[in-house]
Amino acid sequence: MDNTIEKRIQSLRDRLTYMQDIFAGKHKDSADLLEERLSAFAERARSGSLNDPHAELSTVEDLFAYVERRLESGVTPMDRVRIVRHPQRICLRDILENVYDNFTEVGGQDEHSLDPSMIIARAVITRRRGKKSYTQSVMVIGQEKGHGAEFRNGGSVKPWGNAKALQYMRVAETEGIPIHAYIFTPGSFPLEDYPGAAQQIARNIYGMAGLRVPIVAVISEGGSGGAEAIGLADKRLMLSHGYYSVISPEGAAAIEGRIKAGQRATPELIEHCAENLHITAQDNLRFGYIDHIVQEPPLGARPWHFDFFRHLRQEVIRATDEVVISTRRLPVFRGLALSRHRNPEANLDELHIRWGLSAAAKSRLRERRQQKFLRLSRQAARDRRPFLTKTAAAFWDWLSKPWVSFKYDFYRKHQRQIRGFMEEMDNEWEMFKTRLFAPWRKLTRTLPSRTENKVRELTALSAWSDDSRRRKWNYLSPRYKIDRTLTCPNSASYGCLDLWGPDLFAEFAGVCSHCGYHFPMEPEWYVKNVFDPGSVFEFNSEIEAGNPLDFPGFAERIAEAQKKTGAKSGCMTFEARIDNIKMVVAMLMGTFRGGSVGAAEGYKFVEAAQRAAKKRYPFLAYVHGTAGIRIQEGTHGVIQMPRCTVAVRRYIESGGLYMVLYDTNSFAGPVASFLGCSPYQFAVRSSNIGFAGPGVIKETTGMDIPPKYHRSYRALSRGHIQGIWDRRQIRANLKQALLTIGGRNLYYR
Amino acid sequence: MIDISALLDEIKASPYREIVIATPHTGLVSFAGLKTGDKVLGPQGQWKEKPGTQIATLERERNPKPICAPEKGEISVLHSELEGRFVEAGTPLAVLRHMLTREEVQRAILQKALHLFRAPERAKYYFTPEVDKKIRASDAHSVAVRDGMELLIMSRMKREVPLHYTGPDGVIYAVYFKYNENMDTGAPLIGVCPQNQLPAIQDVIMRVQTEWREKE
Repeated sequence: MDNTIEKRIQSLRDRLTYMQDIFAGKHKDSADLLEERLSAFAERARSGSLNDPHAELSTVEDLFAYVERRLESGVTPMDRVRIVRHPQRICLRDILENVYDNFTEVGGQDEHSLDPSMIIARAVITRRRGKKSYTQSVMVIGQEKGHGAEFRNGGSVKPWGNAKALQYMRVAETEGIPIHAYIFTPGSFPLEDYPGAAQQIARNIYGMAGLRVPIVAVISEGGSGGAEAIGLADKRLMLSHGYYSVISPEGAAAIEGRIKAGQRATPELIEHCAENLHITAQDNLRFGYIDHIVQEPPLGARPWHFDFFRHLRQEVIRATDEVVISTRRLPVFRGLALSRHRNPEANLDELHIRWGLSAAAKSRLRERRQQKFLRLSRQAARDRRPFLTKTAAAFWDWLSKPWVSFKYDFYRKHQRQIRGFMEEMDNEWEMFKTRLFAPWRKLTRTLPSRTENKVRELTALSAWSDDSRRRKWNYLSPRYKIDRTLTCPNSASYGCLDLWGPDLFAEFAGVCSHCGYHFPMEPEWYVKNVFDPGSVFEFNSEIEAGNPLDFPGFAERIAEAQKKTGAKSGCMTFEARIDNIKMVVAMLMGTFRGGSVGAAEGYKFVEAAQRAAKKRYPFLAYVHGTAGIRIQEGTHGVIQMPRCTVAVRRYIESGGLYMVLYDTNSFAGPVASFLGCSPYQFAVRSSNIGFAGPGVIKETTGMDIPPKYHRSYRALSRGHIQGIWDRRQIRANLKQALLTIGGRNLYYR
Repeated sequence: MIDISALLDEIKASPYREIVIATPHTGLVSFAGLKTGDKVLGPQGQWKEKPGTQIATLERERNPKPICAPEKGEISVLHSELEGRFVEAGTPLAVLRHMLTREEVQRAILQKALHLFRAPERAKYYFTPEVDKKIRASDAHSVAVRDGMELLIMSRMKREVPLHYTGPDGVIYAVYFKYNENMDTGAPLIGVCPQNQLPAIQDVIMRVQTEWREKE
């Protein structure tokens, strides 16, 4: 038999196994038909009883193509998950070889790499206009699944892999070349070692929010944190058979079905979760979290789909061009160029746009990117403020802006001159007053009451009248009313005696008097005891957590949490004072669905950061507890990671002081984005900080982790946080931090 | 001087350790439904993070506290008459019969017979050249040590300090450190036994290793 025939039969066999794998037992009749036809043909080819094997093989191939096209319409979300994870799926090296004209890997080679699951390459694209050819460089960064190669970890990037990605993004920024990010990851590898999975992702997102070069991301498999680590782009393309989600359907099913360790979720439940999480490209385009879908061949692209690579090349070039064009200042040229590029017939290899940008264009690019992410997902949160309130707030915002800009931009700049002038005026006025009231003073000096006051002042005891120490705590946990004792979890190692509840939750502030273990307290405890009494002013409390994906049964659970806590969402934002130092606080409450962050929480967080920036107040994120992104909101939740980080970055760059204080348990998405990017992170004692919980680590990596792996002291030793505070000292420590980090006027620079 | 063979016979006569599980404080006892003769497990897991089989619950001031088995073994006595009663601190609830393993027997014998010389700090340890030469020529048993003798060199971070042996005179029975390996503070470096006991100890250890049958 002809060698080429053998090869083509083999490739058909691969197509068949691929089809069987991705449908996992469905459409069995089609697969059986193909198998029968293929084996019959192979049998006859081997026996040599074919007249024209090439022609007959073509008919078999046509049949394959026909069946694939027919099955294409029945691809379910879970099938897409199996498609992107299949070893035959295209991977980044295929793209480097087929989409770009040439490339050099700079982040290591194969298994000899800091992290083989992250590939970084300098690639070139050559375009031709007339007789002249132009070579344009890009930095290609992305996860590599390597057709199932074991050392690639299936595209799960370790923290140092993400660090390497950030390093080369900075290199691209220095060189002024665009970045093409290819996202092929089921999620990040949950390791806490420095630089830390969560903290490094946070740094990456923070870095990308301010990168001064065009970034284009292409999503094939976008699994939450790992995807966001290289996903904050000016243009996000998505392959039509990819998925982009907050969590893998299996993980969601494990949470939904309350699966314990060692059990597995049923395939039906997984399918149900995949359906309801709205993870497909079409869903994400509808929500606005991606900009464009790149159509793949039926049943997904595989390395032999060379037409697809050509198409992908056109799309990434078009996206990069569009980003570059959109930074142009003159709207006429911008419109003309954009319409030329958006024409689907245009051959982009024959159009040329310089990808280098001027300094002003870079600033516009950055601003556009930040604004784009700030705008996302507004519709997913329920804003229950009445129309008049909203209008009034907008009006007040409009009114106060000139005053604030006068106060900080004009007055602060000319403070010294103004103050000098005012002092002169004051001196003159005082002199005038002394002369004017001299006769009156002469008269009052002889009155007896003055001496009496003097005597009392000198002989009586001084009183701590204006001090919050009058009573120890302003708020006591309601648990202090329960008459029972509690055992400290450390009693086995430290021999702590049992603690009596009414003592523990009142006077002791929930701290074991023997070893200092901190029992979790209610969010109200902090609101009432950390800040000046009566100074707390909550805003945006009407923004409500909703159920944007209509996840079955979730609306009731949200309503239940709202009833239980009395809050509308898991994030409370307020202005408060500590010894008259004003600040804006965003508090994630662990009591509201574990403190998970969804669209409403993200909305409130962004608003709080913007308010702090406008008022020039320090911004404190107090994390009473967060379990991560709210998975039932799907990508509406995961998009809060880049969104809030963008808001934080804008706040910090406008000169603000952003501090984070962790308490109880803080995990996953929020830590891996807007919390972990803060330069000043502190923790309350006995808190846990991490990327994934012990159960998830065991489930995904198979490693057992020691007890107390996520304790704040471990996080401190790993360099993730800057200090650990006692709960009873939070107020004093916060004040000190504000004064020492923030400086005299708390708004440095 | 102790009689090693007598010690082994003594262990053989009762090849288990009896652990009395007593209440840590006063409280109301409720047993977890075990019977006399039931097998229980000690703390499990790589870091002993999973507690052992629960034997009883002790409740005081509405604070129920589980009482778990500290070792693997068999319940030989269970004071089930205490069920539902309020007891004093230190009241025995059950007796656990823990069968000794080969290692435990060996450790018990060597603990009685040997003097362990421990590492004063975390470092690498070597014998002094003379001792090293002697050990290489024959074996460690030929090295007689006496109090105050310069025996070891402690080496860490470009610093080498001679170390003097302190303890009873004898010969080196066992060396517990390896060349170029860090030893933690308090880890035993050598075991020393009196010269005349050496054959007896060797014999007993040999017998333990070959004859001791581990019971479940």
